[in-house]
Amino acid sequence: MITVLFFAQLRDQLGCESVSVNAEGIRNLAELRAHLLEEHPDWQPYLGLESLLLAVNQTLVKLDHVVNSGDEVAFMPPVTGG
Amino acid sequence: MNEIAVQTQDFDVGAEYAALISGDTDAGAAVFFVGRVRARNDGREVTGLHLEHYPGMTEKSLQDIVQQAKERWPIERVRVIHRVGALRLGEQIVFVGATSPHRAAAFSAAEFIMDYLKTRAPFWKKEQTSSGELWVEARDTDQQSAQRW
Repeated sequence: MITVLFFAQLRDQLGCESVSVNAEGIRNLAELRAHLLEEHPDWQPYLGLESLLLAVNQTLVKLDHVVNSGDEVAFMPPVTGG
Repeated sequence: MNEIAVQTQDFDVGAEYAALISGDTDAGAAVFFVGRVRARNDGREVTGLHLEHYPGMTEKSLQDIVQQAKERWPIERVRVIHRVGALRLGEQIVFVGATSPHRAAAFSAAEFIMDYLKTRAPFWKKEQTSSGELWVEARDTDQQSAQRW
């Protein structure tokens, strides 16, 4: 399984803070997102945003990054700390 | 002293400065920055903030940013504190301190750490205003600042 986390306004918009996804047939983050959007078409306006930051196992990565079973993936709005 | 702290409690700038320079006579320069909750943001009257973060990744990303600063400049010591949770108007949010033999490296390292923190460390601010709560939007100017380095 892949654990997927959502933060801040994205979590509020989706009404969901985490989901578990079966890793079978999912090679990278782009495919993971496509899979989530297939299951939740109403997430498109939020999860489809190009501005989102992506992390795999707590490191920032790009959409073509490989994902494996056991990974922790995060979809995050642009950060606003400091 | 740990270089990185993510905490709900406030920090004492005097104590942080004392710790940064304690026992170190090689560092001729000490620079620090403090970020605070300000009253106005994009024309809105702000009454407070809630700071959310991604526990685990936050510490990891700050450590990575500090490491990059050390690779770029001859830094003696670095201290980064970022608060999370509920913050009132005027309260301190973030502390970045850096020491080095000469001032240029300390200034640059502190600014670099702030610029990278503002664009890469997973913190999100939610503002309380007179007309309700609202997530703060990221600024293009912060991206531009980070791209200078």
